[in-house]
Amino acid sequence: MAVRKTDLKWSDVTPKAVFMNRRAVIASGGAALLGLSGGGQRAFAADKLNAAPSRYSTDEKPNTFEEISGYNNFYEFGLDKGDPAKNAHALTTDPWAVQIDGLVDRPGSYDLADILKGQRLEQRIYRHRCVEAWSMVVPWVGFELNALLARVGVQPGARFVAFETLMRPSEMPMQKTSILDWPYREGLRLDEAMHPLAILATGLYDEAMPKQNGAPLRLVVPWKYGFKSIKSIVRITLTADRPQATWNMQAPKEYGFYSNVNPNVDHPRWSQASERRIGGGFFAKRQPTLMFNGYGDEVASLYAGMDLTKEY
Amino acid sequence: MARALPQGGALRQAANGTLRRVPVWLVYALGAMPALWLLWLIVSNGLGFDPVKELEHRVGKLGLQFIVAGLAITPLRKLTGISLLRFRRAVGLLAFGYVALHLSVWLFLDIQLRWAEIGKDIVKRPYITVGMLGFAALVPLALTSNDLALRKMGARAWQRLHRLVYFAALAGAVHYVLVVKAWPPEPLVYLGVVAGLLALRLRWRRRHAVA
Repeated sequence: MAVRKTDLKWSDVTPKAVFMNRRAVIASGGAALLGLSGGGQRAFAADKLNAAPSRYSTDEKPNTFEEISGYNNFYEFGLDKGDPAKNAHALTTDPWAVQIDGLVDRPGSYDLADILKGQRLEQRIYRHRCVEAWSMVVPWVGFELNALLARVGVQPGARFVAFETLMRPSEMPMQKTSILDWPYREGLRLDEAMHPLAILATGLYDEAMPKQNGAPLRLVVPWKYGFKSIKSIVRITLTADRPQATWNMQAPKEYGFYSNVNPNVDHPRWSQASERRIGGGFFAKRQPTLMFNGYGDEVASLYAGMDLTKEY
Repeated sequence: MARALPQGGALRQAANGTLRRVPVWLVYALGAMPALWLLWLIVSNGLGFDPVKELEHRVGKLGLQFIVAGLAITPLRKLTGISLLRFRRAVGLLAFGYVALHLSVWLFLDIQLRWAEIGKDIVKRPYITVGMLGFAALVPLALTSNDLALRKMGARAWQRLHRLVYFAALAGAVHYVLVVKAWPPEPLVYLGVVAGLLALRLRWRRRHAVA
């Protein structure tokens, strides 16, 4: 298991130039080359985000675009892993505004373009560990959440950051049911939100975020279980008190507020000691789950002195 | 069983007449079709991005479906007079086969014989405990599903033993409800159907006892 995290060169990470070129060839009708594409990328050239490489990227091999955009938990669009890819096309992501309020100096409704203005987009290749004990490696594109918080000005009394997903039942059909308490909500402690690993992502594989992955703006907190990384965000609120979180409300014993990846604290109904990496095929070996999903060097200090079996 | 069957009807007689001519092997053959289809999906990469989970869930659900089908045979006969009794053994063995496949996929492909985790799971996880108990209840039924066992045990003892399937069905449905996140409708529907089929039997037994 490779858990080294930093100082790898871009060229070690993804043969990006290779697949870009290959994509262009495919797009221009070089169907004969399809067999060489390794099942990796979509067969058309989209607008590139030109994200910069990051020292926070893992050297592990990313999952394919098809896997990342075809196997999703996004209950607003259905309960099966394939449902979001089938149904998310109905989502309108332009125009898009994010309400930023609570204990901030400059509250207001910010247009997405305004939020992205001046932010340096980076490619962050992160491990992604679902609470259901499967995992992926995803080349996200985004910027650090702390950069946005700095722009809006966090007031001294703020201790938490609350997030809310869009509520639009006409486009998100499951919101007409009560399978979860809509809109989807999540939250972080302020120091977690300020950590450089926590990003707001706008894309993956250097392209705009697929809708089923939480377009146009989603959180990615790689040391926590995937459901903490809330999708399609329309509201960010700085609060003094711990905010509500959807799965935590649904089953507090099963989904803690922190929900840090922790192989030693089992979900009450299943073990978290190991995981299956998506894409390994039928006989892929299970792999041990790492504390903080392998990001312990960076984030363990956030939880110094806490009993993580109680504050799970 | 002194209960009178519902009064005749040409439709029922025709149905039973047709069913009598259906060979039992055909039920086995049809029941094996989903397995063959899954085999095709395995080799043709048709099970999606997480083929192990998909296969595990599909054979598990098939097992539950065959259990429900087996439980429905007696109510169907009592309510409509249509008898599928000849096929019940086949349906039961097919159910056992799919449940055994489900357990095997979990053991070998999913948890991959990580015995420390398996042991803890069986003891600590209600859904796995319940699933395992359900499977354990099916084993003696499969073993005594042949004519020889029926003759040796005698009809009464055999029937009493085979009431274990009521427990297995409930265990299977509860196992399904417990394994999912939140409360999606599908597992609850299975639990409702199983509970309904068992409730019918309770009602008939009470009425029988009173009469």
